[in-house]
Amino acid sequence: MTLAVDVALRRGEFEVRAAFEAEAGETVALLGPNGSGKSTLVLAIAGLLPPAEGTIALDGDVLDDEGGHVPPDRRPIGVVFQDLLLFPHLSAVENVAFGLRARGTDAGDARARARHLLDRLGLGDRADARPRDLSGGEAQRVALARALIGEPALLLLDEPLSALDVGTRIEVRELVREQLRGFPGVRVVVTHDPVEASALADRLILLEDGRVTQIGSPQDIRAAPRSRYAADFVGVNAFQGRLERLADGAGGIAVGEDAEVVVPWPEAFSGGDVIALLRPADVTLSLEAPTGSARNVFDGPVSWVAVDGELARVRVASVPPLVAAVTLGSVDRLGLREGVLVWASFKAVEVRVLPR
Amino acid sequence: MLLVALPLLGLILRTPWARIGEVLTSEIVVTALRLSLIVATSAAAISFVLGFPLAWMLVRSPFPGKTFVRALVILPLVMPPVVAGVGLLAAFGRRGIVGSWLYEWFGFQLTFTTGAAVLAATFVSFPLAVLALEAGLRGLDERLEHAASTLGASRWYVMRRVTLPLMAPQIAAALVLSWARALGEFGATITFAGNLQGRTQTLPLAVFERLQTDPEAAFAISMLLIAIAFAVIIGLRGRFLR
Repeated sequence: MTLAVDVALRRGEFEVRAAFEAEAGETVALLGPNGSGKSTLVLAIAGLLPPAEGTIALDGDVLDDEGGHVPPDRRPIGVVFQDLLLFPHLSAVENVAFGLRARGTDAGDARARARHLLDRLGLGDRADARPRDLSGGEAQRVALARALIGEPALLLLDEPLSALDVGTRIEVRELVREQLRGFPGVRVVVTHDPVEASALADRLILLEDGRVTQIGSPQDIRAAPRSRYAADFVGVNAFQGRLERLADGAGGIAVGEDAEVVVPWPEAFSGGDVIALLRPADVTLSLEAPTGSARNVFDGPVSWVAVDGELARVRVASVPPLVAAVTLGSVDRLGLREGVLVWASFKAVEVRVLPR
Repeated sequence: MLLVALPLLGLILRTPWARIGEVLTSEIVVTALRLSLIVATSAAAISFVLGFPLAWMLVRSPFPGKTFVRALVILPLVMPPVVAGVGLLAAFGRRGIVGSWLYEWFGFQLTFTTGAAVLAATFVSFPLAVLALEAGLRGLDERLEHAASTLGASRWYVMRRVTLPLMAPQIAAALVLSWARALGEFGATITFAGNLQGRTQTLPLAVFERLQTDPEAAFAISMLLIAIAFAVIIGLRGRFLR
């Protein structure tokens, strides 16, 4: 079973173009910042937004193409929406039974099956509660049960954890992961949270500004992030811009009004739009202007310090902004904390340049 | 406060409490009451049935001239009822643009029938129903209907199990407000439908007639209408009025 999407979607001025496939048994995450077009894709796959061009097919059945559009009520797709959208006037069990009753199962039968599913999700005693009386985690489970009860071929989760507070989020994430693992069809999770995506998905589809920028396993993307967003995702510094050849033969990427990052000139290709990556461990911090061999030197105030074991990640609000990984010893020795002015430097040879 | 309280006080003092039972069970009042209930209930029902699709169009579907249509719908609300009656005569009267045609072809005359009283009452109460239903549709989260359709619900099923139940308070408001407005309708009815006992003489018309011959009876019927008005307010309280 395969979901195959290759569409252009339009909502007002905004256009989303995306092509990807998802197989049964794997969990695919659509990962992107807010406004990247994730929700628009959800609407299209669910059948609520007919594509302007292209096709959507599930298991060989064409759901959308030039010739036709299968309406949402005739798609074998279960959706858990971002705000859950439980029916406020129906009890939990009626919410879950809704899909069965809409498709013709008689009320008693539908309710019995809904109750059974809620039992399995540990919500047996909340079956008669109205959505407004459910906790965030409970409501999440009811929404999941409502989407699953019709035994869809595709399960689509839109920001499944965003409505929850931090405490319940971890608990519900485990539950969602378990449910995803037990679901035999195609599983698509939409999220803006890299942690959520890595926790739930086998494969990531990065979406930025209405375009797919990278597809791959979390490991693939960690090894070679191809955009600023992907780099943020894996926690490396990234500079995006046009690569020009400098007088001395090295490369230069303009990254601000008059800031330039010096990089090795790539032999494999000649200039153009590039993304340059720099590991935080390769950034050196000092309190005075460094006089060493580093060609890239930027100054600015520390904007945050995050301690992680024996290491700390320090963000410097320079142009361009940089994240450095330093030892706790250095943090103490230099007195690094928010607001301290520092110099961040790195050697050109440490920067990896990739074409865009 | 005084402005509202004084007429009420006056009515209470002038009502012939001793013979109120006798007045309210007199044939003229019983007939008018029954007719009033029939007319108001029909008008509220018609207002809802016709008002729902119209409110739906005003909220959900873009069409040219929407502003104009909305203005037209609200017009009967601000129009003097007697003018509404004259307008209805011009349209449905024996010499009206539609009425003359009805009369010539079918020998059917709407004026001076209960149907005319219903039409007059509907005309003035329809805007209230549309406004209430429009507010209900506007306040509805359309995404709930979308969620329902992804669960396999047809349009009709979504309407029956999601849209209408979620709009229940506004539907009740639409029915009650248009019913109350239709019950009190006077000007358009007397102009268009006339004042015929048993056919078009609703309670307000009966009050008007009694006032000239038997003022005490007029006060008694007025008390009855006020009682109904109070019942409506109590019924609405806690639901839409807070």
